[in-house]
Amino acid sequence: MKKTDKKNLIKQAVIITVLLVALLLINLFMDSYQIRIINLSLIYIVLGLSMNLINGFTGLFSLGHAGFMAIGAYTTALLTIPPELKEVNFYMKPIVPFLADLNMPFVFALLMGGVMAAIFGFLIGAPVLKLTDDYLAIATLGFSEIIRVVIINLQSVTNGALGLKGIPQIRNIFISEVFNVKPQINLLWAGVSAIITVYLMKRLMEGSYGKALKAIREDEIAARSMGVDLFKHKVMSFTLGSGLAGIGGGLLAVSLGTIDPTLFKFALTFNILLIVVLGGMGSIMGTVFAAIIVTVAMEGLRFLDQAMDLGFFQTPALPGLRMVVFSLILMMVIIFKKDNIFFTTYAKVRGRYAKN
Amino acid sequence: MEFKEFMQHLVNGTSLGSLYALIAIGYTMVYGILRLINFAHGDIFMLGAYITYYGMTYTPIPWWLVFILSAVLTGGAGVLLEKLAYKPLRGAPRITILISAIGASFLLQNLGVLVFGGRPKAFPIPEVMNKILVVGGISVSLVSVIIPIITIILLVGLTFIIQKTKTGMAMRALSKDYEAASLMGIDINRVVSFTFFTGSFLAAVGGILWGTKYPQLLPLMGVIPGLKCFIAAVIGGIGNITGAVIGGFILGLGEIMLIAFLPSLTGYRDAFSFVLLIVILLVKPTGIMGEKMTEKV
Repeated sequence: MKKTDKKNLIKQAVIITVLLVALLLINLFMDSYQIRIINLSLIYIVLGLSMNLINGFTGLFSLGHAGFMAIGAYTTALLTIPPELKEVNFYMKPIVPFLADLNMPFVFALLMGGVMAAIFGFLIGAPVLKLTDDYLAIATLGFSEIIRVVIINLQSVTNGALGLKGIPQIRNIFISEVFNVKPQINLLWAGVSAIITVYLMKRLMEGSYGKALKAIREDEIAARSMGVDLFKHKVMSFTLGSGLAGIGGGLLAVSLGTIDPTLFKFALTFNILLIVVLGGMGSIMGTVFAAIIVTVAMEGLRFLDQAMDLGFFQTPALPGLRMVVFSLILMMVIIFKKDNIFFTTYAKVRGRYAKN
Repeated sequence: MEFKEFMQHLVNGTSLGSLYALIAIGYTMVYGILRLINFAHGDIFMLGAYITYYGMTYTPIPWWLVFILSAVLTGGAGVLLEKLAYKPLRGAPRITILISAIGASFLLQNLGVLVFGGRPKAFPIPEVMNKILVVGGISVSLVSVIIPIITIILLVGLTFIIQKTKTGMAMRALSKDYEAASLMGIDINRVVSFTFFTGSFLAAVGGILWGTKYPQLLPLMGVIPGLKCFIAAVIGGIGNITGAVIGGFILGLGEIMLIAFLPSLTGYRDAFSFVLLIVILLVKPTGIMGEKMTEKV
């Protein structure tokens, strides 16, 4: 091992330890509302990076993220909800016997969620990735809607439109007992997932696979003539991205405690796309910061929906104003910062297509 | 299935197909010129229906005039949308414009919730249209018959504009070769505005007729029809107006017939169009009427 490598390794280890300790401290001393937001930010880091792998690094324009998240979320939920709660959940139509008593610890359930999403990602990606640009976007969007419709209709497996309630939340009971504070949502799961995802992406992008993916993004034809197997790499990137999206979906399901098909509409994909775009296509740290900023802003703007006291007069409660402001901000960013939000190389390459 | 019943489904399918066709034209026209999926088109459709609702409920203007005025107003809204959300980004990376389109769509939906309210509103159907026709034992609502007729009239008008007028010629030139056309002195901004006006006008007509057929208005009512009509445009071959109409009819008839013949699949109604889309994309990505595009190195 070279000296610089060793230095790097120590540096990375130090950073990760500091982050974990920070998470532990936050978990112990912040209130549950703040912890919830931080947890959500961490989940969105995983989700943002999973989409960035497909859209930013490989240059495939996929809009099917919500579907893969739904698969991960439902798998994780079905594997962690205790059997007696399942019976309560499925009061319209009984659950299929195979799933009724199936239960496993959270870690395995989460991994299963990722694996299931990856399998579906592979099955969907293999035929669809022959398409390019807008066509790929629409086909993936179509698949994500199909997954949602199937979830609504497979009532004996997913409980249909009623959704799943009572997904057990993971709390930091052990640590909170040691420090004698109230147990909170355990941030470590989402935190460790986010750290692993960031690390994985960094390693992947430095390696030969990452170089091949970037080559595909820059110019497919050139990459092909240099001997890059386009199809293999695209499918690999898509499958890995879907798997990570599944893990993100599983984490989201556990943090929310309740899931139903309306959660996994196109709007969810859009939220993640927003993070990827604001953070910069193909930028890991950009995605991380954008995930945090967007999540905090979404919460911070919540006051807009409520009645406001402006001193001289009282405004009525305006439900929906928050989302209007949020969409407006997004539009402004896109229109006025059109050149800065992308990495320049990416913009240059894409500019070629924009012209014709 | 009895013949009568089948005819009834056929009429219903045709009128739904006409609505899809009207909206799909807007997608295909914009895509043909700007190579942009106008995600906000479904929300323009919603806007058209709501403007009509307010015009009919709160003004004494006769209903047919309200219909025309709302369609024109909505057309104006479409032009405004292009000026605000797409024009500043002309020449920017394609994905940026697409994201702007998705953003505009969400903005319109959320504005809809804020201004029109999240509760459903009942569309006031003019009494004339509420009649039930009985022809040879088949009873159909008058609306279901009027919709295809209006669609055909509008399509003939549109074909005339595109084939016979100067603006139409400019539109065709722009969709053939954007850069060359702009070098020939075509006023791109004017043509693009006109395209958005026409597309939004047709979407508004679609929205109004949709309201008379399914009289429940919601701020998010444009999402699913919008997606389906985009699919119709892709199935027919995006950029091609005849293709969009064919695609619209295939989707509308297919959807109604699916429910009629396989009632157990009713829950999968919305998935039908997506499955069809994916099959078409895999078999013939350019759609039924689309031209083959060559890859330039």
